[in-house]
Amino acid sequence: MMDFGFKISPSSAINLDNADLSLYDELCKAEPDICKCMACGSCSAACPANRFSGMSVRKLIIDLQRGKKKEAVKMLSDCMLCGKCTMVCPRGINTRHLILSICKLYKED
Amino acid sequence: MKENILIIGGGIAGLEAAAQLLKLGYNPIIVEKSDHLGGHVAEWNRLFPDMTPAEDVVSRLIAGAGEANIFLNTGISFVNRLKDSYNIMLSNGISVITRILLFATGFTLFDAAKKEEYGYGVYNQVMTNMDLERWFNTGNDERIPEEGPKTMGFVHCVGSRDEKARNPQCSKVCCITAVKQAIEMKQKFPDAMIYCFYMDLRMFGKKYEDFYISAQRDYGIRFIRGRVSEVSENIEGRLVVKAEDTLSGKPVKVTMDLLVLMAGIVCNPDTCRTAGLVSLPVDSDGFLKSRDNIADITESPKEGIFYAGTCTGPKTVPETLAEARSAALAIHNYIQGLK
Ligand SMILES: Cc1cc2nc3c(=O)[nH]c(=O)nc-3n(C[C@H](O)[C@H](O)[C@H](O)COP(=O)(O)OP(=O)(O)OC[C@H]3O[C@@H](n4cnc5c(N)ncnc54)[C@H](O)[C@@H]3O)c2cc1C
Ligand code: SF4
Ligand code: SF4
Ligand code: SF4
Repeated sequence: MMDFGFKISPSSAINLDNADLSLYDELCKAEPDICKCMACGSCSAACPANRFSGMSVRKLIIDLQRGKKKEAVKMLSDCMLCGKCTMVCPRGINTRHLILSICKLYKED
Repeated sequence: MKENILIIGGGIAGLEAAAQLLKLGYNPIIVEKSDHLGGHVAEWNRLFPDMTPAEDVVSRLIAGAGEANIFLNTGISFVNRLKDSYNIMLSNGISVITRILLFATGFTLFDAAKKEEYGYGVYNQVMTNMDLERWFNTGNDERIPEEGPKTMGFVHCVGSRDEKARNPQCSKVCCITAVKQAIEMKQKFPDAMIYCFYMDLRMFGKKYEDFYISAQRDYGIRFIRGRVSEVSENIEGRLVVKAEDTLSGKPVKVTMDLLVLMAGIVCNPDTCRTAGLVSLPVDSDGFLKSRDNIADITESPKEGIFYAGTCTGPKTVPETLAEARSAALAIHNYIQGLK
């Protein structure tokens, strides 16, 4: 290949045509409330782990919805399961339970 | 003799319906539980979208309903269903026989103290949208420093879109009210830094988007997309407001001298009690249920009972007035059909 002195970096665009959502679809069956998230960020703002590790249920959900499984699973290890996010969620999503379900499903995978 | 029509509630919906019914040749009777006419609008200062003085709107409506029978400080005690009419006992001892009841009972503002994490009633610098309107009118509120706040914020969706507050509905008018009030504060205190914490900006109405653009461009109001998670006080007695800035994905913290909670529109519990007297159904959003939410919004499922205004859900002033006129016409058509 010719050397132009630079190379094209891989695209950071999310290609929804190829996104693998099979696990997300399965998760939806176990946790139908996951679809109700309106990305308000209350969970992240209340999360004691957020400031240090960037743990965020809002990001977790959006990553899963975009098929970014790896990023999502990586975040899970930062959660202390304290449940503060569940207390503040205005859409009444049991986020703590959701995190546990994700752990179960994605570990099997 | 002119036909009696009992209107429950002397807010703008009740007043406008009364004015129209007078013109159509009926005898409207307004029963208002408080000591003044005009309902909530009588408490506001200037109205979006044209910054019309609320007082002008209310006094024009009161003048229009001048010939109606009006009872202030009066409620409905009980209702007897007669063969083809209602016998209604008012709390002042007067009884009215009518074939038509019009509910114009309006809304109540969500009680912001229920959202404990926002500190209403706990911290001295936290107020509601209604408190701020009153301050625009009276200039009297200890929570607002004389020299103005250095930094202040508006929290959208307080008690709206919130299942924990048992109100999943959007209150519709508070986004534009927040932007209007932010602009008004900036006009009074040009040096103040003003933030709006929102989840979505619902600028659905005529000229609302212009308000939003002007707030950004002409007034430098800062919009942060994230729901405030908690408010606390620091040792200097200033407020510390926390949220996630969801657009940058980072937690944000702002220290403020004043925080305004945009309390939502919820169904008036008094409405439900009065509606219970005639067994009217309540819709899934907690407001009175119309016969049909598209074609018959002003008609209840019960014979001779009609609705106007915010007793069926959040509405703006022009929407409420249009509905009051439409309810008057629906009543007229109904009575014509009885003959
Ligand atoms: C903070 C805020 C600012 C707003 N600013 C604007 C604005 O700038 N422009 C705009 O277009 N809209 C604005 N609105 C919306 C506006 O306030 C409403 O559209 C309007 O108040 C609806 O009028 P209404 O008559 O339906 O109800 P209300 O104003 O609630 O009036 C109802 C009346 O009925 C009486 N009542 C209730 N129950 C009973 C009973 N059982 N017996 C007897 N009487 C009873 C009440 O005492 C009250 O007087 C604002 C709303 C809020 C919350
Ligand atoms: S349960 Fe996990 S994600 Fe939720 S607030 Fe606690 S640490 Fe954060
Ligand atoms: S608090 Fe609930 S609705 Fe808001 S971003 Fe988190 S999970 Fe979604
Ligand atoms: S109008 Fe705006 S502030 Fe009011 S409930 Fe709806 S989204 Fe929230």
